[in-house]
Amino acid sequence: MTLIERIASGLVWLLAAATVLFLLTPLAVTVAVSFGSSAVFTLPSPAWSLRWYEALGRSRDLWGAVATSIQLAALSTGLSLLLGTLAAIGILRGRFPGREAAITFLVSPLMLPGLVLGIAMLEAFRGAGLRSVWISLVLAHVVITLPYVVRTVYAALGLFDFTLIDAARTLGLSYPRAVAKVMVPALAPAFVTSGMFAFLASMDNYPISIFFTNAWTKTLPIQMLQYVEESPDPMIAAISSLLILLAMLVLVVGDRMVGLRRMADL
Amino acid sequence: MTRLLRSYPVALLALPAILYLALIYGVPLAGLLARSVMVGGTFSLAGFTAFFSDTFSWTVIGNTLRTAAGVTLLCLLLGYPTALALARATGAAQALILVAIILPLSVGVVVKAFAWQIVLRRDGVISQALIFLGIWDGPQRLLFTETGLIVGAANVFVPFMILPIYSVLKLVDPRLGEAAATLGASPLYRFFRVALPLSLPGIVTGIAFVFSMATSMYVIPSLLIGDRFQTLATLTGRSFLFMRNEQLGSTTAVVLLVISVGVVVASAALSRRFGGAS
Repeated sequence: MTLIERIASGLVWLLAAATVLFLLTPLAVTVAVSFGSSAVFTLPSPAWSLRWYEALGRSRDLWGAVATSIQLAALSTGLSLLLGTLAAIGILRGRFPGREAAITFLVSPLMLPGLVLGIAMLEAFRGAGLRSVWISLVLAHVVITLPYVVRTVYAALGLFDFTLIDAARTLGLSYPRAVAKVMVPALAPAFVTSGMFAFLASMDNYPISIFFTNAWTKTLPIQMLQYVEESPDPMIAAISSLLILLAMLVLVVGDRMVGLRRMADL
Repeated sequence: MTRLLRSYPVALLALPAILYLALIYGVPLAGLLARSVMVGGTFSLAGFTAFFSDTFSWTVIGNTLRTAAGVTLLCLLLGYPTALALARATGAAQALILVAIILPLSVGVVVKAFAWQIVLRRDGVISQALIFLGIWDGPQRLLFTETGLIVGAANVFVPFMILPIYSVLKLVDPRLGEAAATLGASPLYRFFRVALPLSLPGIVTGIAFVFSMATSMYVIPSLLIGDRFQTLATLTGRSFLFMRNEQLGSTTAVVLLVISVGVVVASAALSRRFGGAS
């Protein structure tokens, strides 16, 4: 290795290390603040305490928002997995003209600004006389979770050998059983990854939900942002830390089931 | 249509999703576009002429593009070396970089923006670190400054720069560099003529992702810079949520939409030209 190469290589590792530190700093700071005793985010905190977790336990608003968000994310992810898997199979096996365009259309909501989608849907739903907060939220969240499923399942199906289903049928399985025994296990990693990202995208969505929530039904990001703007105290750090813990659990499960490297194949 | 379905029956499976998106997403977007060029029931570009003839609008457009460019540049500066390191790393180093990318991706944007509010404070970690390193003489506040906004936003979007570049780099045969070296190419020549051109499709995709997300971010500027600094996205949100000026909001929403679609289309064309599969 020449000197220039050594310097270049050293620089690459240095910048990569700095980026890792940069990426993890906000998460570490949040967790540290949540265990502090002071109300004003000083670090290092004069004393450690669990008072913000106790405050969190008493907060009815936040837990209501958590429940709303989990139900909404579960429902829209489930619907997206169903619609998205069918669409991926139909487009891959249908061999009709314009398949490229169909896939691009199904993935396109991800490429557009969420705020613009939110406004467009708000006006359309209002025009159609749709007043239910819940129905509006579910309809809108399926639009933004569906692309994750279509993209990942379509890519996985492209690698799936459909003659395996014929082979299973030759060996005596009925068509539905052949699909369940051969195709579903082969696609399981795609279901896990896309379901996870779809769920998190719904849980995290702010720019679309803001147009459909009201004073009684709020999703977690909306409720949290309201807290941050009105009364910023480390209770938000406590709920954030719990969300970071949840993300870590999701990551561990994802790593066990599909491996971190495959999860990075966005 | 019926003939089409008779010849491709499996295609029927795609119909529910396509119809769903057409109805819940396609029609509303078309409606938004239509309303932006309609005033009082007739075709009119009055909304756009009013918007573009106002100097405040140009300040807002300038704010939006300037911060998005800054965020994209910072992400590229940090993201390319990290993608390179990730492609070369093995074992624990690889796992650490992957966790550092995927873990923040799984945490919501409100959580991260809130964390940056704490980090960028006058007594925050960055201020303390810079004083410790002797770069700053006394504590300074980065929160509610443009620099703070760019740093915080780059933190949220840098994974979207790393992953596309990594996905291209991991497919590059490392023997190509060795071959070039055997043929006598200098390290700099190898980087600019071999490694960089091969990773260009990933770089283009990453820039397009980060730039269009940075153009349309809403939560991050709300928390890190506040109302005095308006971007197209915050102005769009505010005109619907607080100002009840839906004409202005529709106009800025369409401007935002045109920028995003322009970036996506341009990047697709560019990465095709550079021979990328994505």
